[in-house]
Amino acid sequence: MSIVVDNDTRLVVSGLTGREGSFHGLRNRSYGTYLAAGVTPGKGGQDVEGVPVFDSIREAVEQEGANTSMIFVPARFAAPAIDEAIESGVHTVIAITEGIPVLDMLRTYWKAKEAGVRLIGPNCPGVLSPGKANVGIIPAQFFDPGKVGVVSKSGTLTYQIGNELKQAGEGNSSIVGIGGDPIVGSDFIDVLRLFEADPETELIVMVGEIGGDAEERAAEFIAAEISKPVVAYIAGFTAPPGKQMGHAGAIISGSSGTAQAKKEALEAKGVRVGESPTETAAIAVKALRA
Amino acid sequence: MDLLEYQGKQLFAAHGIAVPGGEVAATVDEAVAAAERVGYPCAIKAQVPIGGRGKAGGIKIAADAAQAREHAGAIVGMDIRGPRGEGPFRVERVWVEAGSDIDSEHYASVILDRGEKKLLAMVSAKGGMDIEAVAAEDPEALVKQHIDPTRPFAAAEARPIVDAAGLDEDVREEVAAALAKLAEVAMAEDASLIEVNPLVVTNGREVVALDAKVTIDNNALYRHEELAAIDAASVTDPQEAMAREKGLVYVKLDGNVGILANGAGLCMSTLDVVAQAGGEPANFLDAGGGSKAEAIVDALTVIGSDEKVTAILFNIFGGITRCDEIATGIVEASGQLDLAVPLVVRLDGTNSERGLEILAAAKLPNLHQEKTMLDAARKVVEIAGRPPAADAGVSERGSRRS
Repeated sequence: MSIVVDNDTRLVVSGLTGREGSFHGLRNRSYGTYLAAGVTPGKGGQDVEGVPVFDSIREAVEQEGANTSMIFVPARFAAPAIDEAIESGVHTVIAITEGIPVLDMLRTYWKAKEAGVRLIGPNCPGVLSPGKANVGIIPAQFFDPGKVGVVSKSGTLTYQIGNELKQAGEGNSSIVGIGGDPIVGSDFIDVLRLFEADPETELIVMVGEIGGDAEERAAEFIAAEISKPVVAYIAGFTAPPGKQMGHAGAIISGSSGTAQAKKEALEAKGVRVGESPTETAAIAVKALRA
Repeated sequence: MDLLEYQGKQLFAAHGIAVPGGEVAATVDEAVAAAERVGYPCAIKAQVPIGGRGKAGGIKIAADAAQAREHAGAIVGMDIRGPRGEGPFRVERVWVEAGSDIDSEHYASVILDRGEKKLLAMVSAKGGMDIEAVAAEDPEALVKQHIDPTRPFAAAEARPIVDAAGLDEDVREEVAAALAKLAEVAMAEDASLIEVNPLVVTNGREVVALDAKVTIDNNALYRHEELAAIDAASVTDPQEAMAREKGLVYVKLDGNVGILANGAGLCMSTLDVVAQAGGEPANFLDAGGGSKAEAIVDALTVIGSDEKVTAILFNIFGGITRCDEIATGIVEASGQLDLAVPLVVRLDGTNSERGLEILAAAKLPNLHQEKTMLDAARKVVEIAGRPPAADAGVSERGSRRS
């Protein structure tokens, strides 16, 4: 087992005929992900290296049995594309696009909730279940199959930690990038719940950063619902208040959303928080072997 | 992007929310002329995007032209830091506002509630003071209600929280209407925070927004031409302006260690690790996912133009980004730029061996390679030394939030 994507994933990529969409979609296929179809309105009937292209996601669901949608559509068209995916019949939507207006995401978030569709992202690197499927832009070469589940707001920080785990001989059940936007489809809590239920996952690494209170909420949830060990890392201790640090959601507003507050909330619930990505990986390895 | 008070008030006025009359001025003479037209008493208010302006001496009341000149002279050009150390921000404009005849001060806001994934309307009878302190000391005084972002928020829906907040009965309908209009501003203008503190009731029983704190979602600026123009004009720090022109994600900080990393999370983490090693980061710069040679040249140009920087750390973990491309970019940049400061480079991830070979072959002077992020942080801190005295540089920067 693993979570969100696996051997049953039948992927449809919105934006497959675009430069980024084709590069990453085909990369996902060469990793072993079943790439069922692409979607670009007006280009139905074409194909991208043998992958059929449809005008709508629904057609890809009906004709190719697609069950997971990946959105690689420019920001100003992305929310309608996610909405289309939510209504198409897939059970999972993974939105990579960065820069979607937050108000659009608020509306789309509730559409996904009401439809019972799992939305990951936006502004995320996607989901990788090593040895099974890769949906998104995560460089799979830094991750081996294994027992550590990773859930993260950041892409490169995840690669850094994953690589350190790999060098220490440990692998991953799944790596889930939840995204760095203020409003994302799945929060830490949603993914922690999946890892708790996944028999392959023995330990969870959670990578947070400044902004919002998703880490504080996760701390409460971990104390109440998670029996597996959780190791955390938080980025942004030196970030000044009121400044957006790259990610749209990475901003300290007033006195809320600081790295220190998140670290304290997690530690208060017994979660070990590493000082650096390296120390975080080391704590995880030690805990696995304890 | 945070709007200045007067920009927020102009947005309010466009949506039918009552604000005091006033004029914006950039010089002392302009401020005095504005005061003469606005009438006395009037308030001279520093336009910087932070709270706590009054305490910092940035808001003064003028009873006549002589006082207007005296106050404007003191405020225009002053540097103000926020209550949490934000800034400093140099006052380049003042808002000269007609005095208000205040009976009572209250609080109203509409914000994005990230945790609950909804908009949140808040109102309190207690205004004109730090609302976080009110919420901490007397939580019941701050009354909240979530708003469905998919449809308009009617005054009738706002009325129950206005009732619960215990404002005077005769103004409740008007305050509820103002709250509904704040929600309209949030939805129509893509504002993720709108705060009015204080929202005043005048002796004539009018409800007026005496302050305006508005944050616009940068991702939505493409659909708001006027707000995008304000955003473009708001960057005054030379490095931030240069970075924006080149399409780089850059934030100026106070230290002397220049930082370049790929990915927002790794970049934040790099700042933290440098600080743990005893250094002070000069900036945040996310070179992005597919950093090409040209982007490296641009990034080094921006970081190198900050005179406080005494050494630069390159922290790259290549995923999609290929380390050989980064290395080529560093070599090219070294050829094109006259970089006076040493570079510490850590390349790991995709094609890192090839990247390290390229760097070694180029034999660049002043370039140090380290294998790990932690070693690289220690090395750059050792080379950079202590930053120049804090009082130089810092107060003269006049940087502004983007």
